[in-house]
Amino acid sequence: MAKLDYSGWRVVREGLRSQSGWGEAWRNPEPRAAYDAIIVGGGGHGLATAYYLAKTHGMRNVAVLEKGWLGGGNTGRNTTVIRSNYYYRESAALYDMSLKLYEGLARELNYNVMFSQRGMITLAHSRHDLEAAARWVKAMRINGVDTVMVDTKEIARRVPILDMSPEARFPVMGGFLQKRAGTARHDAVAWGYARAADALGVDIIQQCEVTGFRRATDGTIAGVDTSRGPIAARSVALAVAGHSTTLAEMAGFRLPVTSYALQAFVTEPLKPVLDTVVLSLATGVYLSQSDKGGLVIGGALDLYPSYAQRGNMPMARNVLGAVAQQFPRLGRVRLLRQWAGIVDVVQDSSPILGATPIPNLLINCGWGTGGFKAIPAGGTLLAHHMATGAPHPLAAPFSLARFSTGALIDEAAASGIAH
Amino acid sequence: MLLINCPLCGPRDELEFRCGGESHVSRPGPAETVSDTDWSAYLFARSNPKGVHYERWVHAFGCRRWFNVARHTVTHRIEAIYAMHERPPVAFDGSDGL
Repeated sequence: MAKLDYSGWRVVREGLRSQSGWGEAWRNPEPRAAYDAIIVGGGGHGLATAYYLAKTHGMRNVAVLEKGWLGGGNTGRNTTVIRSNYYYRESAALYDMSLKLYEGLARELNYNVMFSQRGMITLAHSRHDLEAAARWVKAMRINGVDTVMVDTKEIARRVPILDMSPEARFPVMGGFLQKRAGTARHDAVAWGYARAADALGVDIIQQCEVTGFRRATDGTIAGVDTSRGPIAARSVALAVAGHSTTLAEMAGFRLPVTSYALQAFVTEPLKPVLDTVVLSLATGVYLSQSDKGGLVIGGALDLYPSYAQRGNMPMARNVLGAVAQQFPRLGRVRLLRQWAGIVDVVQDSSPILGATPIPNLLINCGWGTGGFKAIPAGGTLLAHHMATGAPHPLAAPFSLARFSTGALIDEAAASGIAH
Repeated sequence: MLLINCPLCGPRDELEFRCGGESHVSRPGPAETVSDTDWSAYLFARSNPKGVHYERWVHAFGCRRWFNVARHTVTHRIEAIYAMHERPPVAFDGSDGL
């Protein structure tokens, strides 16, 4: 299928032709008997991997297998925040690469992913929070991530709906700001990558669940069994956040991953009240306002392992209670929706990228609560490993081997992130 | 919302409890014979079933006693509660309409 370019001219022309000339954004092909590479999981990371395999490495005989529909898992369930404010050098390099790729993504994919660099403010509520924030900011600046401390006056100016009074339940003592952080339209990221990968010849096969793995006599991966029959492949990659351990078990190895529900909430549409992303270190709650006007709210993980994509009430109460306490004028705003995604939580709160115990079976998982912001980087790095047979230098520290060498990248302890 | 039947205190709201992760994880040994791979598996690799999970809970805001819970990770239904020293009860097929 010839790729249809989107442009202002096309919008005008289709407006005059009753929108009759758009056509499908990607094909819906039957699976072939064999591919050079198969990517399991049609979310952001899987689709990005397929795109970069085709674009950067010239591999066109590639399939993405998705058991449901594109972006129907965590890609469609996140809170759309993109940032690179991490403590360790390895993490900062990884997430900042991703942020920079996001900056050029709409143009590269010819698809409006609605990346809006509205900035992100992290609030400190005590002297200790402030000291941790200062240490964190200095580490980020050494690592080349532009972040600045902001005082209460600046926070009050940027977030007028925040309760900054001395009597506030969570008094604000300062914070820090990453100006290049922001939000993007999550579905558009998946759709944009899908459309661009399809145009380069990648087969995107939906409603195709992987039910087993095929091995060659020497133990290397030879393909997959699916609900639509067996498919051979020389290289297979797993990008199935939430169900990584299920597939790993099917393939015969274990992962240091536990699945938890992470809830998110959207309010009824409001007039513009918030033009940045705000995160509170005290409550773990963060929110931003979508382009449609709804406030998109996230918080901490539910407290016990779960595959239930709905979340539980005590955590919903904690998160929404904190919003009402910190933003009193939002206390009577009504919720439109609540949902949960199932996230891959690893003890050191860093992703797992690269080789598995099975030759030519690679994995991308363990992003915890923060996989969306990493989609362009995760795709680039996994594609590099699949195409060249060796990890990209930026991905090497995030190998599965770090759990036996002890070279953990403990971002939970360092930058205080939830995942 | 879970209603958890603490063996000492009776049924209480889940807010009073904390989940301590997978139960029945045994430490390999003697230490000098344990390879890095086995030690890593003990420290980090965890069963993460989409089904019945055998896990430890503590009644943090009550009697502070630890006990085991067999809980389904999709329905969150509690299938069994048993003492720390007890073996896990027979496997549940999890076929309650899933």
